[in-house]
Amino acid sequence: METVALERGGRPVLARLDLCLTERRIGVIGANGSGKSSFARLLNGLLAPTGGRVTVDGLDTVKDAKAVRRRVGFVFQNPDSQIVYPTVGEDLAFGLKPLKLEKAEEARRIRLILERYGLAGAEDRLVHELSGGERQLVALAGVLIMRPSILVLDEPTTLLDLRNTRRLMAAIDALSERVVMVTHDLDLLAGFDRVLLFDEGRLVADGAPATVIERYRALLA
Amino acid sequence: MIGSLYLPGRSPLHRLPAGLKAAALPVFGTVLFLVERIVPLAAALALVIALHALARVPPRLVLRQLRPAAGILLVLFLSQLWLADLSEATVLVLRFVVLILAAALVTLTTRSADLVAALERALRPLGMLGADPRKFGLAIALTLRFIPVLAVVAEEVREAQRARGRDRSILALAVPLIVRTLKLADEVAEAIDARGG
Repeated sequence: METVALERGGRPVLARLDLCLTERRIGVIGANGSGKSSFARLLNGLLAPTGGRVTVDGLDTVKDAKAVRRRVGFVFQNPDSQIVYPTVGEDLAFGLKPLKLEKAEEARRIRLILERYGLAGAEDRLVHELSGGERQLVALAGVLIMRPSILVLDEPTTLLDLRNTRRLMAAIDALSERVVMVTHDLDLLAGFDRVLLFDEGRLVADGAPATVIERYRALLA
Repeated sequence: MIGSLYLPGRSPLHRLPAGLKAAALPVFGTVLFLVERIVPLAAALALVIALHALARVPPRLVLRQLRPAAGILLVLFLSQLWLADLSEATVLVLRFVVLILAAALVTLTTRSADLVAALERALRPLGMLGADPRKFGLAIALTLRFIPVLAVVAEEVREAQRARGRDRSILALAVPLIVRTLKLADEVAEAIDARGG
Protein backbone atom coordinates (compact mmCIF):
# COMPACT_ATOMS: atom_id res chain seq x y z
CA MET A 1 0.00 0.00 0.00
CA GLU A 2 1.50 3.30 -1.09
CA THR A 3 0.15 6.45 0.59
CA VAL A 4 -3.32 4.92 0.53
CA ALA A 5 -6.29 6.98 1.66
CA LEU A 6 -9.99 6.15 1.54
CA GLU A 7 -13.01 8.40 1.76
CA ARG A 8 -16.66 7.34 1.63
CA GLY A 9 -19.41 9.90 1.17
CA GLY A 10 -16.87 12.71 1.64
CA ARG A 11 -15.87 11.32 5.05
CA PRO A 12 -12.33 10.01 5.64
CA VAL A 13 -12.38 6.29 6.45
CA LEU A 14 -8.67 5.50 6.23
CA ALA A 15 -5.83 8.00 6.38
CA ARG A 16 -2.48 7.69 4.63
CA LEU A 17 -1.31 4.09 4.82
CA ASP A 18 2.13 2.93 3.75
CA LEU A 19 2.37 -0.80 4.30
CA CYS A 20 3.95 -3.92 2.90
CA LEU A 21 2.26 -7.16 3.99
CA THR A 22 4.46 -10.20 3.49
CA GLU A 23 3.85 -12.34 6.59
CA ARG A 24 1.94 -15.66 6.44
CA ARG A 25 -0.57 -14.71 9.15
CA ILE A 26 -1.66 -11.13 9.68
CA GLY A 27 -4.39 -10.04 12.09
CA VAL A 28 -6.33 -6.78 11.90
CA ILE A 29 -8.02 -5.42 15.01
CA GLY A 30 -9.75 -2.24 16.14
CA ALA A 31 -13.01 -0.96 17.55
CA ASN A 32 -16.22 -0.83 15.46
CA GLY A 33 -15.93 1.86 12.78
CA SER A 34 -12.14 2.02 13.05
CA GLY A 35 -11.70 1.24 9.35
CA LYS A 36 -10.47 -2.36 9.57
CA SER A 37 -13.16 -3.87 7.31
CA SER A 38 -12.58 -1.13 4.74
CA PHE A 39 -8.86 -1.91 4.95
CA ALA A 40 -9.63 -5.59 4.20
CA ARG A 41 -11.80 -4.61 1.22
CA LEU A 42 -8.95 -2.61 -0.26
CA LEU A 43 -6.85 -5.77 -0.46
CA ASN A 44 -8.92 -7.43 -3.19
CA GLY A 45 -10.26 -4.33 -4.89
CA LEU A 46 -13.77 -4.45 -3.43
CA LEU A 47 -13.03 -0.84 -2.48
CA ALA A 48 -10.81 1.43 -4.57
CA PRO A 49 -8.56 3.83 -2.68
CA THR A 50 -9.37 7.51 -3.16
CA GLY A 51 -5.66 8.29 -2.80
CA GLY A 52 -2.48 6.30 -3.40
CA ARG A 53 -2.49 2.76 -4.72
CA VAL A 54 -2.79 -0.84 -3.55
CA THR A 55 -0.91 -3.61 -5.32
CA VAL A 56 -0.98 -7.38 -4.76
CA ASP A 57 2.02 -9.28 -6.13
CA GLY A 58 2.63 -6.29 -8.41
CA LEU A 59 -0.97 -6.11 -9.69
CA ASP A 60 -2.95 -2.91 -9.15
CA THR A 61 -6.24 -3.64 -7.35
CA VAL A 62 -8.10 -1.11 -9.53
CA LYS A 63 -6.54 -1.60 -12.98
CA ASP A 64 -6.11 -5.38 -12.65
CA ALA A 65 -9.18 -5.98 -10.46
CA LYS A 66 -10.10 -9.37 -12.03
CA ALA A 67 -6.61 -10.80 -11.70
CA VAL A 68 -6.35 -9.50 -8.13
CA ARG A 69 -9.65 -11.13 -7.15
CA ARG A 70 -8.44 -14.45 -8.51
CA ARG A 71 -5.41 -14.17 -6.23
CA VAL A 72 -7.12 -12.73 -3.17
CA GLY A 73 -10.05 -14.73 -1.81
CA PHE A 74 -12.45 -12.98 0.55
CA VAL A 75 -14.55 -14.61 3.27
CA PHE A 76 -17.32 -12.47 4.73
CA GLN A 77 -18.71 -12.35 8.24
CA ASN A 78 -22.10 -13.75 7.25
CA PRO A 79 -21.95 -16.86 5.04
CA ASP A 80 -25.53 -16.20 3.92
CA SER A 81 -24.25 -13.15 2.05
CA GLN A 82 -21.64 -15.19 0.28
CA ILE A 83 -23.33 -18.43 -0.75
CA VAL A 84 -25.16 -17.82 -4.00
CA TYR A 85 -26.63 -21.21 -4.99
CA PRO A 86 -29.21 -23.31 -3.10
CA THR A 87 -27.06 -26.45 -2.78
CA VAL A 88 -23.48 -26.86 -1.58
CA GLY A 89 -22.17 -28.46 -4.79
CA GLU A 90 -23.78 -25.85 -7.04
CA ASP A 91 -22.31 -23.03 -5.00
CA LEU A 92 -18.81 -24.48 -5.10
CA ALA A 93 -19.20 -24.93 -8.87
CA PHE A 94 -20.09 -21.22 -9.15
CA GLY A 95 -16.56 -20.30 -8.03
CA LEU A 96 -15.08 -22.62 -10.66
CA LYS A 97 -17.14 -21.29 -13.57
CA PRO A 98 -14.53 -18.80 -14.82
CA LEU A 99 -12.00 -21.65 -15.10
CA LYS A 100 -14.26 -23.51 -17.62
CA LEU A 101 -13.23 -26.94 -16.32
CA GLU A 102 -14.52 -30.29 -17.58
CA LYS A 103 -17.51 -31.53 -15.54
CA ALA A 104 -15.48 -34.46 -14.15
CA GLU A 105 -12.62 -32.23 -13.01
CA GLU A 106 -15.12 -29.78 -11.49
CA ALA A 107 -16.80 -32.62 -9.56
CA ARG A 108 -13.40 -33.94 -8.44
CA ARG A 109 -12.33 -30.57 -7.04
CA ILE A 110 -15.65 -30.14 -5.25
CA ARG A 111 -15.40 -33.62 -3.75
CA LEU A 112 -11.83 -33.02 -2.55
CA ILE A 113 -12.53 -29.69 -0.92
CA LEU A 114 -15.63 -31.01 0.84
CA GLU A 115 -13.60 -33.96 2.17
CA ARG A 116 -10.95 -31.51 3.38
CA TYR A 117 -13.49 -29.67 5.54
CA GLY A 118 -15.35 -32.67 6.90
CA LEU A 119 -18.30 -32.15 4.55
CA ALA A 120 -17.80 -35.20 2.35
CA GLY A 121 -20.90 -36.10 0.35
CA ALA A 122 -22.60 -32.75 1.06
CA GLU A 123 -22.82 -31.77 -2.64
CA ASP A 124 -26.62 -32.06 -2.78
CA ARG A 125 -27.35 -30.69 0.69
CA LEU A 126 -29.44 -27.52 0.82
CA VAL A 127 -27.41 -24.61 2.16
CA HIS A 128 -30.25 -23.31 4.34
CA GLU A 129 -30.41 -26.66 6.12
CA LEU A 130 -26.74 -26.52 7.20
CA SER A 131 -25.64 -25.29 10.63
CA GLY A 132 -23.98 -21.86 10.93
CA GLY A 133 -20.56 -23.48 11.28
CA GLU A 134 -21.08 -25.72 8.25
CA ARG A 135 -22.24 -22.73 6.22
CA GLN A 136 -19.12 -20.77 7.12
CA LEU A 137 -17.01 -23.78 6.10
CA VAL A 138 -18.87 -23.93 2.77
CA ALA A 139 -18.20 -20.19 2.31
CA LEU A 140 -14.52 -20.81 3.04
CA ALA A 141 -14.45 -23.80 0.68
CA GLY A 142 -16.19 -21.70 -2.02
CA VAL A 143 -13.29 -19.27 -1.89
CA LEU A 144 -10.47 -21.80 -1.52
CA ILE A 145 -11.68 -23.90 -4.44
CA MET A 146 -10.58 -20.99 -6.64
CA ARG A 147 -7.04 -21.57 -5.28
CA PRO A 148 -6.20 -18.02 -4.23
CA SER A 149 -2.71 -17.28 -2.93
CA ILE A 150 -4.00 -14.90 -0.24
CA LEU A 151 -7.10 -15.24 1.89
CA VAL A 152 -8.78 -12.24 3.53
CA LEU A 153 -11.35 -13.00 6.24
CA ASP A 154 -13.61 -10.32 7.65
CA GLU A 155 -14.69 -11.36 11.16
CA PRO A 156 -15.40 -14.94 10.07
CA THR A 157 -16.15 -16.25 13.58
CA THR A 158 -18.54 -13.51 14.75
CA LEU A 159 -21.68 -15.61 14.17
CA LEU A 160 -20.19 -18.91 15.37
CA ASP A 161 -20.28 -20.70 18.70
CA LEU A 162 -17.07 -21.88 20.39
CA ARG A 163 -17.06 -25.32 18.79
CA ASN A 164 -17.57 -23.96 15.28
CA THR A 165 -15.05 -21.17 15.90
CA ARG A 166 -12.47 -23.83 16.78
CA ARG A 167 -13.46 -25.89 13.73
CA LEU A 168 -13.09 -22.89 11.42
CA MET A 169 -9.81 -21.77 13.01
CA ALA A 170 -8.38 -25.29 12.67
CA ALA A 171 -9.26 -25.12 8.98
CA ILE A 172 -7.64 -21.68 8.65
CA ASP A 173 -4.53 -22.74 10.60
CA ALA A 174 -4.00 -25.65 8.22
CA LEU A 175 -3.97 -23.41 5.14
CA SER A 176 -0.77 -22.93 3.20
CA GLU A 177 -2.16 -19.67 1.76
CA ARG A 178 -1.27 -16.30 3.27
CA VAL A 179 -4.04 -15.09 5.58
CA VAL A 180 -5.20 -11.62 6.58
CA MET A 181 -7.93 -11.85 9.22
CA VAL A 182 -10.04 -9.05 10.67
CA THR A 183 -11.36 -10.05 14.07
CA HIS A 184 -12.69 -8.90 17.42
CA ASP A 185 -11.66 -12.20 19.02
CA LEU A 186 -8.16 -11.44 20.24
CA ASP A 187 -7.53 -15.05 21.36
CA LEU A 188 -7.52 -16.14 17.72
CA LEU A 189 -4.40 -14.11 17.00
CA ALA A 190 -2.07 -15.97 19.35
CA GLY A 191 -0.06 -17.71 16.64
CA PHE A 192 -0.12 -14.88 14.13
CA ASP A 193 3.05 -13.29 12.77
CA ARG A 194 1.86 -9.69 12.74
CA VAL A 195 -1.11 -7.67 13.95
CA LEU A 196 -2.33 -4.25 12.76
CA LEU A 197 -4.38 -2.01 15.04
CA PHE A 198 -6.70 0.61 13.58
CA ASP A 199 -8.29 3.48 15.43
CA GLU A 200 -10.49 6.12 13.79
CA GLY A 201 -9.12 5.31 10.34
CA ARG A 202 -5.47 5.40 11.37
CA LEU A 203 -2.99 2.58 11.78
CA VAL A 204 -1.88 3.15 15.37
CA ALA A 205 0.09 -0.03 16.06
CA ASP A 206 1.80 -2.66 13.92
CA GLY A 207 3.85 -5.53 15.25
CA ALA A 208 3.83 -8.76 17.21
CA PRO A 209 0.41 -9.88 18.53
CA ALA A 210 1.17 -9.53 22.24
CA THR A 211 2.48 -5.95 21.90
CA VAL A 212 -0.32 -4.75 19.63
CA ILE A 213 -3.08 -6.39 21.69
CA GLU A 214 -1.64 -4.76 24.82
CA ARG A 215 -1.80 -1.41 23.05
CA TYR A 216 -5.40 -2.08 22.00
CA ARG A 217 -6.42 -2.84 25.57
CA ALA A 218 -4.72 0.36 26.76
CA LEU A 219 -6.53 2.32 24.04
CA LEU A 220 -9.92 1.05 25.20
CA ALA A 221 -9.19 1.48 28.92
CA MET B 1 -42.31 -24.61 -7.79
CA ILE B 2 -39.73 -22.44 -6.06
CA GLY B 3 -40.49 -23.66 -2.57
CA SER B 4 -39.82 -27.30 -3.38
CA LEU B 5 -36.09 -27.22 -4.30
CA TYR B 6 -34.01 -30.16 -5.41
CA LEU B 7 -34.40 -33.71 -4.10
CA PRO B 8 -31.29 -35.74 -5.00
CA GLY B 9 -31.96 -38.96 -6.90
CA ARG B 10 -31.18 -41.12 -9.93
CA SER B 11 -34.67 -41.70 -11.35
CA PRO B 12 -35.40 -41.39 -15.10
CA LEU B 13 -36.95 -37.99 -14.35
CA HIS B 14 -33.77 -36.83 -12.61
CA ARG B 15 -31.79 -37.89 -15.68
CA LEU B 16 -33.95 -36.02 -18.22
CA PRO B 17 -32.29 -32.86 -19.56
CA ALA B 18 -33.22 -29.77 -17.54
CA GLY B 19 -34.07 -27.79 -20.67
CA LEU B 20 -36.54 -30.46 -21.81
CA LYS B 21 -38.33 -30.48 -18.43
CA ALA B 22 -38.42 -26.68 -18.25
CA ALA B 23 -39.80 -26.46 -21.81
CA ALA B 24 -42.36 -29.23 -21.25
CA LEU B 25 -43.81 -27.48 -18.21
CA PRO B 26 -45.42 -24.47 -19.99
CA VAL B 27 -46.67 -26.77 -22.78
CA PHE B 28 -48.27 -29.07 -20.21
CA GLY B 29 -49.73 -26.04 -18.39
CA THR B 30 -51.25 -24.70 -21.62
CA VAL B 31 -52.82 -28.07 -22.40
CA LEU B 32 -54.28 -28.18 -18.88
CA PHE B 33 -56.04 -24.87 -19.46
CA LEU B 34 -57.58 -26.17 -22.69
CA VAL B 35 -59.12 -29.14 -20.88
CA GLU B 36 -62.52 -28.34 -19.38
CA ARG B 37 -63.66 -31.73 -18.06
CA ILE B 38 -63.03 -33.37 -14.73
CA VAL B 39 -62.12 -36.87 -15.96
CA PRO B 40 -59.08 -35.94 -18.12
CA LEU B 41 -57.91 -33.54 -15.39
CA ALA B 42 -58.20 -36.31 -12.80
CA ALA B 43 -56.20 -38.54 -15.16
CA ALA B 44 -53.55 -35.78 -15.42
CA LEU B 45 -53.45 -35.62 -11.62
CA ALA B 46 -52.98 -39.40 -11.44
CA LEU B 47 -50.19 -39.15 -14.02
CA VAL B 48 -48.37 -36.39 -12.09
CA ILE B 49 -48.68 -38.33 -8.83
CA ALA B 50 -47.35 -41.44 -10.58
CA LEU B 51 -44.40 -39.40 -11.86
CA HIS B 52 -43.72 -38.24 -8.30
CA ALA B 53 -43.65 -41.89 -7.26
CA LEU B 54 -41.33 -42.71 -10.17
CA ALA B 55 -39.00 -39.94 -8.96
CA ARG B 56 -39.23 -41.42 -5.43
CA VAL B 57 -40.65 -38.23 -3.93
CA PRO B 58 -41.97 -39.03 -0.44
CA PRO B 59 -45.79 -38.50 -0.16
CA ARG B 60 -45.36 -35.91 2.64
CA LEU B 61 -43.20 -33.85 0.25
CA VAL B 62 -45.93 -34.05 -2.41
CA LEU B 63 -48.45 -32.67 0.09
CA ARG B 64 -45.98 -29.99 1.20
CA GLN B 65 -45.98 -28.58 -2.34
CA LEU B 66 -49.70 -27.86 -2.05
CA ARG B 67 -49.76 -26.47 1.48
CA PRO B 68 -48.72 -22.86 0.67
CA ALA B 69 -51.42 -22.65 -2.03
CA ALA B 70 -54.16 -24.38 -0.01
CA GLY B 71 -55.78 -21.14 1.18
CA ILE B 72 -55.91 -19.60 -2.29
CA LEU B 73 -57.22 -22.85 -3.78
CA LEU B 74 -60.00 -22.92 -1.19
CA VAL B 75 -60.98 -19.32 -1.95
CA LEU B 76 -60.96 -20.11 -5.70
CA PHE B 77 -63.09 -23.20 -5.15
CA LEU B 78 -65.67 -21.37 -3.01
CA SER B 79 -65.88 -18.37 -5.32
CA GLN B 80 -66.39 -20.62 -8.37
CA LEU B 81 -68.96 -22.62 -6.47
CA TRP B 82 -70.82 -19.38 -5.75
CA LEU B 83 -70.39 -17.82 -9.21
CA ALA B 84 -70.75 -21.02 -11.32
CA ASP B 85 -71.26 -24.60 -10.12
CA LEU B 86 -69.50 -27.54 -8.44
CA SER B 87 -68.20 -28.92 -11.70
CA GLU B 88 -66.49 -25.67 -12.75
CA ALA B 89 -65.10 -25.14 -9.25
CA THR B 90 -63.60 -28.66 -9.30
CA VAL B 91 -62.14 -28.20 -12.79
CA LEU B 92 -60.46 -24.93 -11.81
CA VAL B 93 -58.92 -26.25 -8.59
CA LEU B 94 -57.85 -29.53 -10.21
CA ARG B 95 -56.04 -27.58 -12.94
CA PHE B 96 -54.05 -25.59 -10.38
CA VAL B 97 -53.29 -28.65 -8.26
CA VAL B 98 -51.94 -30.55 -11.28
CA LEU B 99 -49.94 -27.53 -12.43
CA ILE B 100 -48.40 -26.91 -9.00
CA LEU B 101 -47.44 -30.57 -8.63
CA ALA B 102 -45.99 -30.70 -12.16
CA ALA B 103 -43.93 -27.56 -11.51
CA ALA B 104 -42.77 -28.97 -8.17
CA LEU B 105 -41.76 -32.18 -9.92
CA VAL B 106 -39.47 -30.20 -12.24
CA THR B 107 -37.66 -28.46 -9.36
CA LEU B 108 -37.55 -31.59 -7.22
CA THR B 109 -35.83 -33.55 -9.98
CA THR B 110 -33.62 -30.83 -11.45
CA ARG B 111 -30.58 -29.16 -9.91
CA SER B 112 -31.05 -25.40 -9.94
CA ALA B 113 -27.62 -25.02 -11.58
CA ASP B 114 -28.87 -27.22 -14.48
CA LEU B 115 -32.08 -25.17 -14.74
CA VAL B 116 -30.05 -21.98 -14.75
CA ALA B 117 -27.67 -23.36 -17.39
CA ALA B 118 -30.69 -24.37 -19.56
CA LEU B 119 -32.17 -20.89 -19.17
CA GLU B 120 -28.86 -19.28 -20.10
CA ARG B 121 -28.70 -21.44 -23.25
CA ALA B 122 -32.30 -20.55 -24.17
CA LEU B 123 -31.61 -16.85 -23.70
CA ARG B 124 -28.33 -16.87 -25.60
CA PRO B 125 -29.92 -15.24 -28.71
CA LEU B 126 -30.67 -12.18 -26.54
CA GLY B 127 -26.91 -11.68 -26.38
CA MET B 128 -27.16 -10.21 -29.88
CA LEU B 129 -29.33 -7.44 -28.42
CA GLY B 130 -26.72 -6.69 -25.76
CA ALA B 131 -28.36 -8.62 -22.91
CA ASP B 132 -26.21 -10.94 -20.81
CA PRO B 133 -27.96 -14.34 -20.35
CA ARG B 134 -25.63 -15.18 -17.43
CA LYS B 135 -27.17 -12.32 -15.46
CA PHE B 136 -30.66 -13.80 -15.96
CA GLY B 137 -29.31 -17.17 -14.80
CA LEU B 138 -27.69 -15.66 -11.73
CA ALA B 139 -30.92 -13.83 -10.88
CA ILE B 140 -32.85 -17.13 -10.93
CA ALA B 141 -30.21 -18.86 -8.80
CA LEU B 142 -30.27 -16.02 -6.28
CA THR B 143 -34.07 -16.16 -6.10
CA LEU B 144 -33.99 -19.88 -5.32
CA ARG B 145 -31.20 -19.45 -2.78
CA PHE B 146 -32.62 -16.48 -0.90
CA ILE B 147 -36.26 -17.47 -0.44
CA PRO B 148 -35.41 -19.57 2.66
CA VAL B 149 -32.91 -16.94 3.86
CA LEU B 150 -35.51 -14.17 3.69
CA ALA B 151 -38.04 -16.43 5.41
CA VAL B 152 -35.60 -16.73 8.33
CA VAL B 153 -35.00 -12.96 8.35
CA ALA B 154 -38.77 -12.34 8.36
CA GLU B 155 -39.20 -14.75 11.29
CA GLU B 156 -36.38 -13.05 13.23
CA VAL B 157 -37.97 -9.63 12.68
CA ARG B 158 -41.39 -10.95 13.69
CA GLU B 159 -39.93 -12.47 16.85
CA ALA B 160 -38.09 -9.25 17.75
CA GLN B 161 -41.26 -7.19 17.27
CA ARG B 162 -43.31 -9.74 19.21
CA ALA B 163 -40.86 -9.36 22.11
CA ARG B 164 -41.59 -5.63 22.01
CA GLY B 165 -45.34 -6.19 21.75
CA ARG B 166 -45.46 -4.78 18.21
CA ASP B 167 -46.22 -7.91 16.20
CA ARG B 168 -49.55 -6.56 14.96
CA SER B 169 -47.97 -3.49 13.38
CA ILE B 170 -47.30 -4.07 9.67
CA LEU B 171 -44.94 -1.10 9.63
CA ALA B 172 -42.90 -2.49 12.52
CA LEU B 173 -42.48 -5.74 10.57
CA ALA B 174 -42.02 -4.30 7.07
CA VAL B 175 -39.45 -1.58 7.75
CA PRO B 176 -36.76 -3.74 9.42
CA LEU B 177 -37.43 -6.54 6.93
CA ILE B 178 -36.92 -4.20 3.96
CA VAL B 179 -33.84 -2.61 5.54
CA ARG B 180 -32.25 -6.01 6.27
CA THR B 181 -33.15 -7.30 2.80
CA LEU B 182 -31.52 -4.28 1.12
CA LYS B 183 -28.42 -4.64 3.32
CA LEU B 184 -28.25 -8.35 2.47
CA ALA B 185 -28.59 -7.48 -1.24
CA ASP B 186 -25.60 -5.11 -0.95
CA GLU B 187 -23.54 -7.77 0.83
CA VAL B 188 -24.43 -10.43 -1.75
CA ALA B 189 -23.48 -8.12 -4.62
CA GLU B 190 -20.15 -7.46 -2.91
CA ALA B 191 -19.57 -11.20 -2.38
CA ILE B 192 -20.35 -11.99 -6.03
CA ASP B 193 -17.78 -9.35 -7.03
CA ALA B 194 -15.25 -10.86 -4.62
CA ARG B 195 -15.81 -14.33 -6.10
CA GLY B 196 -15.24 -12.99 -9.60
CA GLY B 197 -18.88 -13.40 -10.66
